[in-house]
Amino acid sequence: MTLGSFIVRNTFRNKRRSLLTMISISFSLLLLTLMICIWRSFYVDQVAPEASRRLIIRDRVSLAFFLPAYYRDKIRSVPGVTAVVPMTWFEGRYIDNRAEHFFARLATDPDEYLKVASDKITPPDQVKAWQQDRAGALVDVTLADKYGWKLGDHVHLQGTIFPTDLDLTIRAIYHRDPPQNALYFHTKYLEEAVPWFKGQAGWYAAQVDSPDHVAAASKQIDDMFRNSPLQTKSESEKAFQLGFVASLGNVKAFILGICGAVMFAIMLVSANTMAMSVRSRTREVAVLKTLGFTQQRVLSIFVSEAIGLAVAGGLLGVLVAIPVISGMTHRFIGLGIPLDMKVKWPTAALAMLVAAILGVVSGYLPAYRASRMNIVEGLRHIG
Amino acid sequence: MAIPISYNIRNLKLRKGLTVMTALGIALTVTTAIFLMALVAGLNRAFVSSGSKLNILVLRKGSESELTGGFDAALFPTLKVLPGIAKDSHGEPLASGEWNVVIVLPRKDGTGEVNVTVRGMMPDGLEMRQLPGADGKPSVKLTDGRWFETGQREVVVSKSIRERFAHANIGDTMEFGKGSWKVVGVFDAGGSAYESEIWGDVNQMASDFDRQGGFSSAYLRATDPIAAEALKNRVSDDQRLKLDGLIETDYYAKQTSSGTPIKIIGIVVAIIMAIGSIFAAMNTMYAAVAYRGREIATLRVIGFSRPAILTSFVLESLILALLGAALGIVLMLPFNGMQTGTSNQVTFSEVVFALRITWSVAFAAVCFALVMGFFGGLAPAWHAARQNILNALRG
Repeated sequence: MTLGSFIVRNTFRNKRRSLLTMISISFSLLLLTLMICIWRSFYVDQVAPEASRRLIIRDRVSLAFFLPAYYRDKIRSVPGVTAVVPMTWFEGRYIDNRAEHFFARLATDPDEYLKVASDKITPPDQVKAWQQDRAGALVDVTLADKYGWKLGDHVHLQGTIFPTDLDLTIRAIYHRDPPQNALYFHTKYLEEAVPWFKGQAGWYAAQVDSPDHVAAASKQIDDMFRNSPLQTKSESEKAFQLGFVASLGNVKAFILGICGAVMFAIMLVSANTMAMSVRSRTREVAVLKTLGFTQQRVLSIFVSEAIGLAVAGGLLGVLVAIPVISGMTHRFIGLGIPLDMKVKWPTAALAMLVAAILGVVSGYLPAYRASRMNIVEGLRHIG
Repeated sequence: MAIPISYNIRNLKLRKGLTVMTALGIALTVTTAIFLMALVAGLNRAFVSSGSKLNILVLRKGSESELTGGFDAALFPTLKVLPGIAKDSHGEPLASGEWNVVIVLPRKDGTGEVNVTVRGMMPDGLEMRQLPGADGKPSVKLTDGRWFETGQREVVVSKSIRERFAHANIGDTMEFGKGSWKVVGVFDAGGSAYESEIWGDVNQMASDFDRQGGFSSAYLRATDPIAAEALKNRVSDDQRLKLDGLIETDYYAKQTSSGTPIKIIGIVVAIIMAIGSIFAAMNTMYAAVAYRGREIATLRVIGFSRPAILTSFVLESLILALLGAALGIVLMLPFNGMQTGTSNQVTFSEVVFALRITWSVAFAAVCFALVMGFFGGLAPAWHAARQNILNALRG
């Protein structure tokens, strides 16, 4: 029998104990993987090339203020900017106020919108139909599926911010990966219904010819409006979205706190199991030492067992995490939260590494005790 | 006959290391759950304790928050003469037309920018909020400096705004709108939604944000609760006005929905951690049962029934869980009162609130731990009760 198979056999000798420990560790690892995924999607992941060329230009003070319509042509004149569209958050109400009936409803300019949002794929004839119908709407395919909408169906939105109700006809359905849960309609339609809104826009979305020009273009736009009545703040789409994340509170500390608690829990569970395991094998250890196994050997045997258990639990956790996280992503997008999460190789590797390190840390003390055991007392042990 | 609990307690004491580690594991899960529950409790308190039952908030019909309100200032004189409004210190109706805007301020600790509500109000607005509410306490209290003066570019900030944002001390100037504003006072709003606001003169604010000639909301002070109800209906039913009247406390109670994201995250995290803890507790209890095989058999021989043994082991697991819950609550107590903020989903600005470990949070934590203990202990206890006496005695 080689040392390797000796360790493997011992690790899974008490099947129930090993299994329970593994399951316990795997749930902790599942949570850890989830946290790493959220962290990645917020702070690490690079956005798709189309999105990295998009700029959001809004009022410097607050999103609640509208920008004048003439800003659009001024923004268009900035070098590098290829397309600009006005965007306005209509909010409104569909059916009722319940969270499951919430989706983004935005007013924009159909003639240019799909040039800016080039990652939205729509059949050309539908785009044309949308552009030609002032009361037409463009919707996401998952949203259309959710409510069973087809081309030509009517959608009635009640106004909340704007004192008007909208009766829209679905003219186009777009595909996007990941899906987005949004509805777009003509800003002109809103202007006709709400006279005071005429000549204004909530914010502007612009497409820049290359990701390298985003920083320069946004600086130039902000400088251009520095002495205007309404100053602007331009930032990439990703930064704009992170602003919403930041408003939820100290998200980083929150995630790190949960990770800390989870890692500590894994350590406790693993240490507990190793302590039980060492205790029940007291006499065996004494026999091993009588046979000539050195202290180092005994120590490494037990530490390896701890690592083996933690990594096996970790593997189980990561495997469970893959479907769970993909399910959650769909649910989040259904609720209108643009959280795109996938368990990628580096995430899985990091989670396993954490499990292995925690295995070493937690297994060391019980293993050290075992290795230092007095042979005679060990042999006498009844347990 | 039941096995006395002291038997279980002695056993837990005997295996100290194991007991403490398992309890710590449960405590960790309980701590996380308490933290999330305390966040939600604090947030709910911020909204539930906000406003007065005597204040009527007037918004444009169909609008759901002060931020998206907005009506013609010409309607205000009509509102002011409605019956049932209390008199202010000058003998005039106690009513205030207000402007609510959201501005962006950088956090002091450099963790990003936050939307903060700025409220412009009339002198009556200040007077109204210092009157005792239904619970006998005023909505706000001045703690430092003085109130802003009408016609001046002055603001007063809440205690927590002063703590969380730069340039918010008395004597500092804040930059927003078309220029700078001098901070002249600090008020304490007792953890309510006002705790997240900056107040100034309504006309100064309106001109800075180009909103002259309108108000985003109006506040009317009713003489008594019955008059408040009547006033609310009067405002809503008047066809000329096209406005909605709301009791201020009802308006804030609706905003508790802002806690939903925290609640969802909290439930997911707590459940996953709880399942992990249940398996860990199960492990400990199986070890306890295995270790005491002969003892259990002896108990059976003496005449203790299977149900008695089952109950005894489940009880032991529950005691273990209680220990964990107690430990978890003690670990979390230092965080009680810690201030944090989240996005208010109705007003689109940050709401500041304090972590609150209330009795109901503690009670929920204990129940949560007991559920973990019960499920963790059930299978091992079942195993113990079903053991074959002869085999177990032979060990």
